[in-house]
Amino acid sequence: MAGYGKEYEVIVVGAGHAGCEAALASARMGCSTLLLNMHLDAVAQMSCNPAIGGLAKGHLVREIDALGGEMARVIDATGIQFRTLNTKKGPAVRATRAQADRRAYQMHMKQVVESQPNLDLKQGSVVRLIMQGEKVCGVETADGLCFYGQSVVLTTGTFMRGLIHVGLQHFPGGRAGEPASMGLSDHLSELGLRVGRLKTGTPARLDGNTINYDGLEPQYGDFPLTPFSVDTKEITTRQVPCYITATNAKTHALIREGLDRSPLYQGVIEGVGPRYCPSIEDKVMRFPDRESHHVFLEPEGLDTCEVYPNGVSTSLPPDVQLAFLRTIPGLENVEIMRPGYAIEYDFVDPVQLQPSLETKIIKGLFLAGQINGTSGYEEAAAQGLMAGINAVQALRNLPPLLLGRDQAYIGVMIDDLVTCGTSEPYRMFTSRAEYRLLLREDNADQRLTPIGHRIGLVTEKRWSRFSEKMKQIECGRNLLEVLRLAPSDQENLHRLGLKELKNGVSLAQLLRRPEVEFDDIVFADERLAGFSVDVREQLQIEIKYEGYIARQQEVVDRFRRSEQVVIPDDMNYSEIDGLSTEVKEKLNKVRPVSLGQAARIPGMTPAAVAILSVLLRRK
Amino acid sequence: MNQIPMFKDDTIIAPATPPGEGGIGIVRLSGPGAEDLLLRFFSPSRVSARLDSHHLYHGILRDGAGQPIDEVMAVLMRKPRSYTREDVAEIHCHGGTLVLRRILDVFLSGGARLARPGEFTFRAFVNGRIDLTQAEAVIDLIRSRSQLASDVALDQLKGRLAGKIQEFRGRIADLLAEIEAAIDFPEEDIELDTEQVLGTKTGSLLADMDQIISSFDSGRLLRDGLNILIFGRPNVGKSSLMNSLLGEARAIVTDIPGTTRDTIEEDLVLAGIPLRLVDTAGIRNTDDPVEQEGVRRARIKVDSADLILLVVDGSVGLTEDDFLALEFCREREVLVVQNKSDLGCLPIPEVLEGFSVVNVSAREGNGLDELTKCIQERFSGDGKAADVRETVVLTDRRHRQALLHAREALSRFRTLLTRGISPEFGAVELHEALDAVGEITGETTPDDILDRIFTKFCIGK
Repeated sequence: MAGYGKEYEVIVVGAGHAGCEAALASARMGCSTLLLNMHLDAVAQMSCNPAIGGLAKGHLVREIDALGGEMARVIDATGIQFRTLNTKKGPAVRATRAQADRRAYQMHMKQVVESQPNLDLKQGSVVRLIMQGEKVCGVETADGLCFYGQSVVLTTGTFMRGLIHVGLQHFPGGRAGEPASMGLSDHLSELGLRVGRLKTGTPARLDGNTINYDGLEPQYGDFPLTPFSVDTKEITTRQVPCYITATNAKTHALIREGLDRSPLYQGVIEGVGPRYCPSIEDKVMRFPDRESHHVFLEPEGLDTCEVYPNGVSTSLPPDVQLAFLRTIPGLENVEIMRPGYAIEYDFVDPVQLQPSLETKIIKGLFLAGQINGTSGYEEAAAQGLMAGINAVQALRNLPPLLLGRDQAYIGVMIDDLVTCGTSEPYRMFTSRAEYRLLLREDNADQRLTPIGHRIGLVTEKRWSRFSEKMKQIECGRNLLEVLRLAPSDQENLHRLGLKELKNGVSLAQLLRRPEVEFDDIVFADERLAGFSVDVREQLQIEIKYEGYIARQQEVVDRFRRSEQVVIPDDMNYSEIDGLSTEVKEKLNKVRPVSLGQAARIPGMTPAAVAILSVLLRRK
Repeated sequence: MNQIPMFKDDTIIAPATPPGEGGIGIVRLSGPGAEDLLLRFFSPSRVSARLDSHHLYHGILRDGAGQPIDEVMAVLMRKPRSYTREDVAEIHCHGGTLVLRRILDVFLSGGARLARPGEFTFRAFVNGRIDLTQAEAVIDLIRSRSQLASDVALDQLKGRLAGKIQEFRGRIADLLAEIEAAIDFPEEDIELDTEQVLGTKTGSLLADMDQIISSFDSGRLLRDGLNILIFGRPNVGKSSLMNSLLGEARAIVTDIPGTTRDTIEEDLVLAGIPLRLVDTAGIRNTDDPVEQEGVRRARIKVDSADLILLVVDGSVGLTEDDFLALEFCREREVLVVQNKSDLGCLPIPEVLEGFSVVNVSAREGNGLDELTKCIQERFSGDGKAADVRETVVLTDRRHRQALLHAREALSRFRTLLTRGISPEFGAVELHEALDAVGEITGETTPDDILDRIFTKFCIGK
């Protein structure tokens, strides 16, 4: 075993979406950081669909941005179609989604990583951790090289013991064309971590030159474009459409005929797949009444003809894939460039993590991304960012940064993972957030930028811009309360389409009416016209939805009280007489940090929570 | 959300005495709103602007509409000189179950919350009223009361009501699944209910809930926590005893058909104690498989009974089958009923020495008063029975309160639908409704809703 000769403070293993954020955060917070990847041409690779954002995922990207992460800026620079979803619904459930130029995204992120001071990017496949008692102190690569560091962040994606299925053929691999990482998950098991198996899948990639787009419905992006990052002034990339087509009875018949060679239906695959992202064979079998399923043809980039057919993920053999694809309108003569496949991989049961994402049993070891049982680039990036931040906090002996369920989707996700674990690849949905009305894309900066600034990830330049925005909002809020419309002001009443007013009303009161928008009342005072679009939006949302926001805030206040009752690390549940054996086991497994978290463990009884609460007050 | 631990910022209420007809019942409130709530519903006979602490006042307790409920004595104990060291109000009323329930309802509608098991003691502890070394005792109390409460709740949930409330939960969850699918999967090609369809579904759900709520109000669903089993060999008059007891009862509250064709169960209030009376098949040695099954089931009932009325025919003396029946219930609480006293009474045989024996004639109605008294005595001196009765009334109110709460949230949801408000706001109401019924059925997690979505809709763009 050879040492590399240079010691790091933080070592990040895996340069995917989680790893890049972890390494950047650590380096930007001032720690000497090493980022290792098995292959340096596969940094920030999008293994599945070439898109970032969507419901709840867009929220995560905004939160990453607000904390000082990178994902939002990279997609803004390389996105080729931007859309806001749910524009007809309320602000809390509007979300941004962008198609990415896959190659450009990778290159851009790699450049950011390469030009980051304090950060070394190196090729290497990690097979073991170097331990010092119960603490990790470095990693060893397959080449026999040792890198020493005080904290290690593992972001292994689908690579640990990855097994690719194409029809009944299967072979080890971490992603199409890339080898699996063998040995690391066995090593983690030896160290005492419980490892499980999950499955995911992806469709074939198609040759766009063989697709006939005539007659297919195009789907264009929005105009004007809404970027993800508050740093992005405008999107300059050329924008392109997606196209919508659909499967039909013939497609479904061919899929059914091919099931005898489906690894999913022949019981070859043991890992659990995501319910929200079924393969086309699953959709056909589970919903036999559906005569058709949508297929979105998404461009993989501006400089390539490869196309990602969203909606037909499959692990059927390539000949069946080709046959069923050719029954789809527009794809009659299509050529497959890369076949679709399913992949099984190892993950670490995330209840073994602290809310900081550090493992409970190995000091200094942090896990982020798919290794924690999640799915999705955004989920991975968000965890990577938090793991990177907390790796630094830990080695500086500072308390970890923990986001509450009332503060961020990131907080909801991590709390779900470390409290409940997961049995399928975990994806973020807005329905998982009980304080959804408060966790909006539009207020991510208000929720998290002060935190990002405090820990040193938000630049002073951005901070002063943010502070200015906050000042403007406060000023606008005062103006709207103070400025009034008098019943005698016939001209402006008419302008607003109001018949008559009995008493004078403030502009804020007017804005509460469903039919009145901020822009309608700008005429009332020239100072109002001076507010930026962002500020106007915040004023409008805060005033229009005040009632609901206040109601959720009340629930949040109650929620916080039990979050603040801290459970000491050394709490001995076995000694508590009042608790049932089952409850003791659950508490010992999760080892919650607060009374609130304890109450969320599945299977906890109200009586058990009450008993804990008595004991915690006694201490 | 159901398991938000106990905190002391709201006002809790519970009966402080076990309910029973005839005696005095005490309802206790504790928390910051205790004084306001008392002043709202209690009109003292001698009008005074302010109640003095620790003074007993005579007056009338009225409901929200000002209608008198009961003539009561009330006392306010301002903090910290009270059991919980919070403001505590106590209302001493006529101890009937019905009165207690109405008084509870009045304060619940005024914003008080039903106390969780052991919560008064919990507050006393939190506020330093109880020594820290007594924490173990508090834990014991919470544990035993909670166990009892969940046993009783479970018992009550075995019936028709349980099915209904589970069904309500399912229907609310389905509505929420529609709403959440519309929010989280706008790009999916799925067919969602229109607002109109959702409105119709909500309307019919509200109507069904109203029906159950009104049956709570009429008392038909008041359940018992005490099982009394009528047991014995065939032809000793078990069924006629059951009928006579039902005739004595002040109210036959509901008739739940037996789970088997050979046991019949009736709920009733006897001497102020809510009971469930179970009539079983006759016990005897038999080769008939149908009868054997009946005997087997009757024996199972023995284990869950709080009291067994072993009926024998006093006019003919004990037979072999009587001994068999006695054998089956020897380990349990037994009261021997010598029936058919109108046909003459043989002396009590030696084997029954040590058992309490009552002579009755179910047919003539003789001795029933004495039997009722015996049953009453059995339970009044027994702490567990008292706890059970308190728990029963509380559980009953808890269920009603949960349904009322769910109903309000659902009707707000319906209003939002008609006004075309964005679905995430309606979801807040549906969540509240689910949390409310969750007090009875257990929590509905986001994953339960996602399950419904993925089962019903083909998601997977």
